[in-house]
Amino acid sequence: MRTDTQPAVSGESVFDRLEALLPFVSKPIQYVGGELNSTIKEWDFAGPETVRWALMYPDAYEVGLPNQGTMILYEVLNERPDALAERTYAVWPDLEKLMREHGVPQFTVDAHRPVGDFDVLGLSFSTELGYTNMLTALDLAGIPIEAAERGIDHPIVLAGGHAAFNPEPIADFIDAAVLGDGEQAVGIITDVIREWKQEGRPGGREELLYRLSGTGGVYVPSLYEVEYRPDGRISRVAPKRAGVPWRVSKHTVMDLDEWPYPKKPLVPVAESVHERMSVEIFRGCTRGCRFCQAGMITRPVRERTIQGIGSMVDSGLRATGFEEVGLLSLSSADHSEIADVTKQLADRYEGTNTGLSLPSTRVDAFNIDLAQELSRNGRRSGLTFAPEGGSERIRKVINKMVTEDDLVRTVAAAYGAGWRQVKLYFMCGLPTETDEDVLQIAELAKRVIQTGREVSGTKDIRCTVSIGGFVPKPHTPFQWAGQTAPEVVDARLAKLRDAIRSDKRYGKAIGFRYHDGKPGQVEGLLSRGDRRVGKVIRAVWEDGGRFDGWSEHFSYDRWMACADQALADTAVDVDWYTTREREETEVLPWDHLDSGLDKEWLWDDWQDALSEDEVEDCRWTPCFDCGVCPQMNTEIQVGPTGRSLLPLSVKGSLLGSAPGLDVAPGQSVVPGQNRVHSHTPNYGPVN
Amino acid sequence: MARMPEGPPPPPVVQKLRLRYAKRGRLRFSSHRDFQRALERALRRAAVPMAYSAGFNPHPKISYANAAPTGTASEAEYIEISLAERREPEEIRDALNSALPDGLDIVDVVEAGPGLLADRLQASVWQIELFADTPGEEAAAANDSTVRDVVERFLAAERVEVQRMTKNGLRTFDAREAVLRIEVEPGVTSRPGNGCAILSLVVRHNTPAVRPDDVLSAFRAVADFAPPSPPRVTRLAQGLLDEADGSVTDPLVPDRDGAGA
Repeated sequence: MRTDTQPAVSGESVFDRLEALLPFVSKPIQYVGGELNSTIKEWDFAGPETVRWALMYPDAYEVGLPNQGTMILYEVLNERPDALAERTYAVWPDLEKLMREHGVPQFTVDAHRPVGDFDVLGLSFSTELGYTNMLTALDLAGIPIEAAERGIDHPIVLAGGHAAFNPEPIADFIDAAVLGDGEQAVGIITDVIREWKQEGRPGGREELLYRLSGTGGVYVPSLYEVEYRPDGRISRVAPKRAGVPWRVSKHTVMDLDEWPYPKKPLVPVAESVHERMSVEIFRGCTRGCRFCQAGMITRPVRERTIQGIGSMVDSGLRATGFEEVGLLSLSSADHSEIADVTKQLADRYEGTNTGLSLPSTRVDAFNIDLAQELSRNGRRSGLTFAPEGGSERIRKVINKMVTEDDLVRTVAAAYGAGWRQVKLYFMCGLPTETDEDVLQIAELAKRVIQTGREVSGTKDIRCTVSIGGFVPKPHTPFQWAGQTAPEVVDARLAKLRDAIRSDKRYGKAIGFRYHDGKPGQVEGLLSRGDRRVGKVIRAVWEDGGRFDGWSEHFSYDRWMACADQALADTAVDVDWYTTREREETEVLPWDHLDSGLDKEWLWDDWQDALSEDEVEDCRWTPCFDCGVCPQMNTEIQVGPTGRSLLPLSVKGSLLGSAPGLDVAPGQSVVPGQNRVHSHTPNYGPVN
Repeated sequence: MARMPEGPPPPPVVQKLRLRYAKRGRLRFSSHRDFQRALERALRRAAVPMAYSAGFNPHPKISYANAAPTGTASEAEYIEISLAERREPEEIRDALNSALPDGLDIVDVVEAGPGLLADRLQASVWQIELFADTPGEEAAAANDSTVRDVVERFLAAERVEVQRMTKNGLRTFDAREAVLRIEVEPGVTSRPGNGCAILSLVVRHNTPAVRPDDVLSAFRAVADFAPPSPPRVTRLAQGLLDEADGSVTDPLVPDRDGAGA
């Protein structure tokens, strides 16, 4: 494509050409930028050595814009005197088609500059299902799809986010990957690029990548050789050059109060999937749920202090005008001072129609006080609990230490406090799972309704059972597990549905939402794949694959057909990557990427899972030697601090930047499950 | 058993303000719902003491009227907001302008007098810029004469049936009768290079509403005319219609007069 156009001046806006296309596409507002609190810097504001980042969340604008990780890095980079950052998102197929016809390149929404003009294209992958969207963006940007074909003027294509903990399936398409927290990592990378540019770009692209690799915290796939055994397993992954580290370490921000980002969250004019402001109240989780990649790779727990939270909530609300604040983390009710945080915030915003929500709440930490604080001001958001497994047995396997009594007690508290609807989230296809384990979900849901009716004194209550298929993830104890075949998952879900519907006393009170097992198999292929899977991704994309996280665009048949072809001359296939159980000694594609977790500890935890042994949370018990703290030189950072929210002064005056706030990449995450996007706007039209 | 909201009822409305706002530049691509969200957030950021509806899910009290379609710019959109405390209109205008994104701009604020705002929005003045397909004066002149011819044929017709997909399915209606006037003048083009013909239309607010895109559909129907590039459409005014001379006057004048009296 694009032979007819003229990359005239670097960094020049393409808005005029884009604007002519907008009347013909759906929701054009998503492409025009101009969000509240967005930043546009002069292209050369720090001279020709200005380090320019295009940050991409490779999904639709409405999903990408609220992404906390992207927002944080955007602000952190734009605060630097030597860097600028703009944002770009996946364009929908209607605009993609027009952009190809009219030679309009992939653009940023800030200044509508061509993405190909930037020094870095940084992509944040929360899920592997964004990989095909990356290829679209590269192609539209005029950047060669294969990293090996890029020249000195092409951006460095850099992957981050949770999926970057195994970037091997996209190793051919990216130049580099960063593991872990991005706040400090982007600074290190900016420094390296600026110095290289100041020196006149010696040694070209190869030298820059080599220097980045030399920091020890940037993985450059092209600098590693992967060798395979005749049976298809990996025999060895080794650096190709001296100075390239054998293992690449993840980044960990230790003091969240030093990183109070986003200070001014972006507020779009367009609708987005999260119509609220989020404050990350802690990062990491040591509950030790064995299926949960997010919990494993973000260790240790680092809490933001109550004062840090209070000042971020205050300045964020002033900067945005949102009417709901989400207190974000992997398990928000686990914050050591969550009761004080919610009570004091509810006091502070009494009478202002400002709602509070806890996006991820563990069943056992929730209590009736918390429920009431959350509903005190204004809107009452929905409650979702995630027991994850239906039977006590399977919950021991996954180390989700919640008893059925805990669950029923907690949900009863919610119904007693006035909620009429709760959502329960489970997974299907867990290791060792049987039909019985899944059918137990029906019994649990019935008990919840029965208790809820007693507590609330009304029959008018509901619970929705929502089920996702389990996908084994790298850097977890289940990384060796065989994934359950989609047919088995589908058959179990059908039995469960029948068990729920057949009981007339409860049938109508229990909603049942599930997704078939097929997308999970593709996610499994991409999660635990190696470099050979790259050919599959490319084939799917060339065949038209786009927006794989969206059920209306996802095609299982296309993925399977492309995989058959692309893997035909190898010893491996889709089942080999997904349903095959691995042995202890097998070299895993991500073994050279260091999440801090000790592989032996993971294996022991896998064995404990199989024998249904539980492991406690190391926040409250002695250390279990998972390896992260000594390996990464980190430690658990939790309260209670015993402090309280800083008093606020008169309305309308901004609190000074009180010490300490935070932020972390990653939105509220339901791990191991195929995400499905839904819109529940909080704002009803008033007319 | 009915669950009642806790706490005292919301404070009463003590003042109503009528606002005129503009939707300019790239923000013309915002939809009406986009504007609603942006406004509600701006009201909160600007700490405007809004009155809220009662109930479990209180809304700020805002009345919207007759919004311009997505993709069209406007200099004359109107809303009414209800306040729980009195404020000076100018203060609200300035506070909202610093809280709204550039391109959604509050132009005028007055205290509401008697009568319904919606009743005063009887007609609109629309501007449609039709661009020549190539640059240069010759193309501009040709474009201008084509457009004049099309307009003449449209005005000569008694009725021009057009179709539009609405929420209730495909509707067929007359796009001619509501159009009271069309003037054509050569434009100083806002898009460098290509000349344009600028149409000014006065359109009465009928049911179903006749929109600029309906008039363009009518041009296609009477003269097989299709603009070579997307026209740029702007609502210039909205308000009281003088049927005699087809003029449209500021709907906030009665409120302003009432306040002065």
